[in-house]
Amino acid sequence: MTRSRSVIRELVSSNMGIASMVILSVLIVGSALAFLSPHDPNHLDAARRLQAPNAGHWFGTDDYGRDIFTRVLYGGRVSLLVGFASMLLSMAIGVTVGVVSGYFGGWIDNLLMRALEIILSIPSFLVILLLSVLLKPNLGSIVIIIGSLMWMHMSRIVRAETLALREREYVLYARASGQGSAGIIFRHILPGLVPVIVVGATNNVASSIMMESSLSFLGFGVQPPNATWGSMLNGAQGTLTQAPYMAIFPGALILLTVLSFNILGDLLRVALEPKLGRR
Amino acid sequence: MRQLIAKRLIQTIPLLFFVSVVCFALIKMAPGDPVMSFVTPNMHKEDIERVRANLGLDKPAHVQYWLWLKELLKGNLGYSLVNHQPVAKLILERLPATAGLMGCAILLAVILAIPLGLIAGAFHNKWVDRIITFMSYIGISVPVFWLAILLIYLFAVKLDWLPSMGMRTIGVNSAADVIQHGILPVSVLAFSFLSSYVRYVRSSTIGQLREDYVQIQYAYGSIRRVVLFRHVLKHVLLPIITLLGMSLADLVTGAIVTETVFSWPGIGSLGVTAIRGMDYPIIMGITLFSALLLIIGNLLADVLYGYADPRIHTMR
Repeated sequence: MTRSRSVIRELVSSNMGIASMVILSVLIVGSALAFLSPHDPNHLDAARRLQAPNAGHWFGTDDYGRDIFTRVLYGGRVSLLVGFASMLLSMAIGVTVGVVSGYFGGWIDNLLMRALEIILSIPSFLVILLLSVLLKPNLGSIVIIIGSLMWMHMSRIVRAETLALREREYVLYARASGQGSAGIIFRHILPGLVPVIVVGATNNVASSIMMESSLSFLGFGVQPPNATWGSMLNGAQGTLTQAPYMAIFPGALILLTVLSFNILGDLLRVALEPKLGRR
Repeated sequence: MRQLIAKRLIQTIPLLFFVSVVCFALIKMAPGDPVMSFVTPNMHKEDIERVRANLGLDKPAHVQYWLWLKELLKGNLGYSLVNHQPVAKLILERLPATAGLMGCAILLAVILAIPLGLIAGAFHNKWVDRIITFMSYIGISVPVFWLAILLIYLFAVKLDWLPSMGMRTIGVNSAADVIQHGILPVSVLAFSFLSSYVRYVRSSTIGQLREDYVQIQYAYGSIRRVVLFRHVLKHVLLPIITLLGMSLADLVTGAIVTETVFSWPGIGSLGVTAIRGMDYPIIMGITLFSALLLIIGNLLADVLYGYADPRIHTMR
């Protein structure tokens, strides 16, 4: 696997790449270990309302006296979980549609691509908002809503790549030697798609996290009292004059997470798709 | 060229039809009985059924769809369940606020993105490029609502320079007042558009600078500034046209979050309120309206691109 080694070398050779990986590791470990915090994320304590950051409450307390640092960690759990799970779902749909469409061509391709055009013509943010009202918003339904509406771009890329791979000699040979379609797809096409899938998945996590945060911010996502970065920002609006720190930390974490995934995605693109050249 | 436009227009019709079917189906999935918003507590059961029949809600779904589509083609998008106003009127009333907001933001973003992208591309991998590239990373990664909250805190709460909410001060009716209210939301939107435009311009500048004609210009003794702003610019404008066509699609949805944070009275905030209250005729109207814009936007982008680059004719 010299390729994966060269990819790692590429990521490590960039300062931004290292910074992104460190940030994401800290966030993942931090939110996984959130239970170690001495504070309960949902414990209300009127006596400790709106304390500015101090030694006992590193990020301060919110308008219900809850510890913001602890809530931010629990919120990170939700954001990362929703981000990864929706990414898996949308990659599964996107890659399947793209490969089937590109490999089989003909009426299947026509049908799928016309359907894709229809779906792309309906503004997905509106549909996501609408669905999150229709279905009861909880972690599972939010993952399904986001995942099932963010695969379209991926399937177009995968389709184009499959069209190119299908004409490669080893694929033509495999077909001539009588291998079944399923065998060719799994043995020859999918491995060739790994670069675009890895890059697409990384960027998809970023946009899923952003989508979840926007939903929660508008009040359509994970419901209170459970903390998410988006809903914490929603709560922070009301107390902006007294407690600006309530708004700073959750938002900064969304920025850092999405930024890290975007940077990693672009570095991976450069490392995995040599034809792009070093831009 | 005319053929291309005609062909794309004909393709648009079935697309619009299917979009309308999907919109209708989505709304039919909704829980709750829309008749209930017309019911008053002292109504009899027969009265309720009469209301239902008047609204056509006693008929099977496909008949309801045809009735709805017939009205739609006459320009009737139905009536709000909350205040019983015609949906088309509500949308058109709010259109100027949204279009103004988005128009200014896109214009500002394009004006700034072209020089920034050209400079970043020309000084590829130098420190200027690194700063611009990093800023554009921030721009595509920053949650707009957070940026909005920070700007509100800084400029409205701390410095008290700008208003943080709405489009007008109550009782004041002047353009200057609207502009003052618009500065923050326009800046927030422009920053997020700017970043993706800059990335586009930058990468096509890098590509263009490798082309032969640039080398020839240098060989004739042109200086960098002239090459960049006179020759490369022309080629870079092409992808910008496509981007502009596509941003027509963002007109409504792109402003949803920003309009909500700033209580800007546009279509986006109308949509969020309607979704919260399950005011389904409004939701359907806005979804259709933005789908229409999206389709027109893509069509325009294609056509303009075709005009700008004659090679496209033969490709379709």
